[in-house]
Amino acid sequence: MIHEQSIREILTSLDNKQYSCRELVDHFIARASDADPNLNAFITDTYASARNEADHMDKLRSNGTAPPLAGIPIAHKDIFCTRGVKTTAGSLMLDNFVAPYDATVVEKLSAAGTISIGKTNMDEFAMGSSNENSHYGPVKNPWSEKAVPGGSSGGSAAAVSARLCVAATGTDTGGSIRQPASMCGITGIKPTYGRISRWGMIAYASSLDQAGPMTKSAEDAAILLNVMAGYDEKDSTSANQTVPDYTQSLNQPLKGLKLGFCKEYFGDGLDPKIETAIQTALRQFEAQGAEIVEVSLPSSKHAIPAYYVIAPAEASANLSRYDGVRYGYRCEDPVDLEDLYKRSRSEGLGDEVKQRIMVGSFALSAGYYDAYYKKAQQIRRLIKNDFAQAFEQVDLIIGPTTPSTAFSLGEKTSDPISMYLQDIYTITSNLAGLPAGSFPVGMEAGLPFGLQIIGNYFDEGRILNLAHQFQLESDWHRLTPEATT
Amino acid sequence: MIVDKDVVLNIAELAQLKIEDHEIDHYVDSLSRILQLVEEMQSVDTQDVEPVSNPLDGIQRLREDQVTEEDQRELFLANAPESEQGLFLVPRVVE
Repeated sequence: MIHEQSIREILTSLDNKQYSCRELVDHFIARASDADPNLNAFITDTYASARNEADHMDKLRSNGTAPPLAGIPIAHKDIFCTRGVKTTAGSLMLDNFVAPYDATVVEKLSAAGTISIGKTNMDEFAMGSSNENSHYGPVKNPWSEKAVPGGSSGGSAAAVSARLCVAATGTDTGGSIRQPASMCGITGIKPTYGRISRWGMIAYASSLDQAGPMTKSAEDAAILLNVMAGYDEKDSTSANQTVPDYTQSLNQPLKGLKLGFCKEYFGDGLDPKIETAIQTALRQFEAQGAEIVEVSLPSSKHAIPAYYVIAPAEASANLSRYDGVRYGYRCEDPVDLEDLYKRSRSEGLGDEVKQRIMVGSFALSAGYYDAYYKKAQQIRRLIKNDFAQAFEQVDLIIGPTTPSTAFSLGEKTSDPISMYLQDIYTITSNLAGLPAGSFPVGMEAGLPFGLQIIGNYFDEGRILNLAHQFQLESDWHRLTPEATT
Repeated sequence: MIVDKDVVLNIAELAQLKIEDHEIDHYVDSLSRILQLVEEMQSVDTQDVEPVSNPLDGIQRLREDQVTEEDQRELFLANAPESEQGLFLVPRVVE
């Protein structure tokens, strides 16, 4: 089946003329048209432009000038600006916003020949862990209609999991690539802060936000990361570091690799089945030559409080741009400028977003800055220092991605704290700025779950190497939701 | 930190959000719960700890003050709720 093929296999099939780019794109459009009215993974489809681009790529292929990934159907999280295409960030605020330019990630993936078939659903402004905070309605988990897909990149995860596209882009501020990847049974990586340009990626918390690929396998992730990563002068926090070829390190032997087992990750609240599956994976890595070393990250326990100060604080500043003047939602008949600001924001933004803006405004307000924002930034240093010490002893740190498999739609919407605790294992790498990936290692009661690998700065290659070596020896990443097979 | 109606209304003013009367209790409750969650931070000793504002401890890079973008006024104004003669329109500010 075409939709089960890896990027490498698809490129070979295209080279061998087993099918054309147009046939490939039409195949995925047919699948998406069929499944999406139910899944709700997409906010906007770009089928018409995708077909045109596919025809164009077929021409380039026939005259030998095709870019490296010519014809690969992907989807972009609706947080990436796409020129001439509605870009909503899952919010009523931007329901009428047509981006006037392409995000750097979009531009790079287009230049490489990939074809976007649509913009994927997400929690509003990437604030959420279940995709239930979208103005466009929740996304269903392809493995179970009653379960959430995770969030905030829930639409991207569901679309890849249901094989409606080959891969998708996501963003991760506290776990928004890894948590939905885990819950939908796919592979996702949040690279080092600054590895991928944030230009044109709608901002949530600028010192934490990072884009990344969401794919069926570590190999596909390496291929896409090769395209997405790199310095961009338009993003002042973009890292000016050379990008290695991530596909080259996939097959490095694991012999001598030191893997950190962090005991703090295996305490209360973790589903025992997930713990068992991670232990099984560790035994497999040992059998492949890796060495397991116990490490400690004692400040991790303060990560959630620190995150839920820093992220809202930065969000409150970033989202002050939505004022109803230059773009976005404007209230009806404002009586004066202040009324225009306040009502446009209150009517155009959803509850969770407003709540985080309120928390952030409080944390940054006079008299509270030191006790909240500065304190959280100091805890961030302690978390970063813990990792620095751990990475003196080990190459990678292994743990769970999520405390449980996907929860039910509506289960946690009334309790923000229990929703926030979803991010307990993922948030620390955002605070430290470290790269981290999730890939599927097991199933429980029909729902998949992932294992998380955290690497040292700019060591994405080793994360993908370990995940790929696991995927060579196992089939968890090949399992697909029954409904789509 | 006790969150009451006055605190909520004050934060809403800072955030330029309009909170309806019937929403105040909800915000008092949810903000109290979130501030209670983050209160745990106060137990951590952070004496002399350097705060992290950029995870790579990078410094803000500056560019030359040169025009690099072409004029796309019409394109950008196309997203404006209201515009006239190349300008964004808002309700009258000065009488």
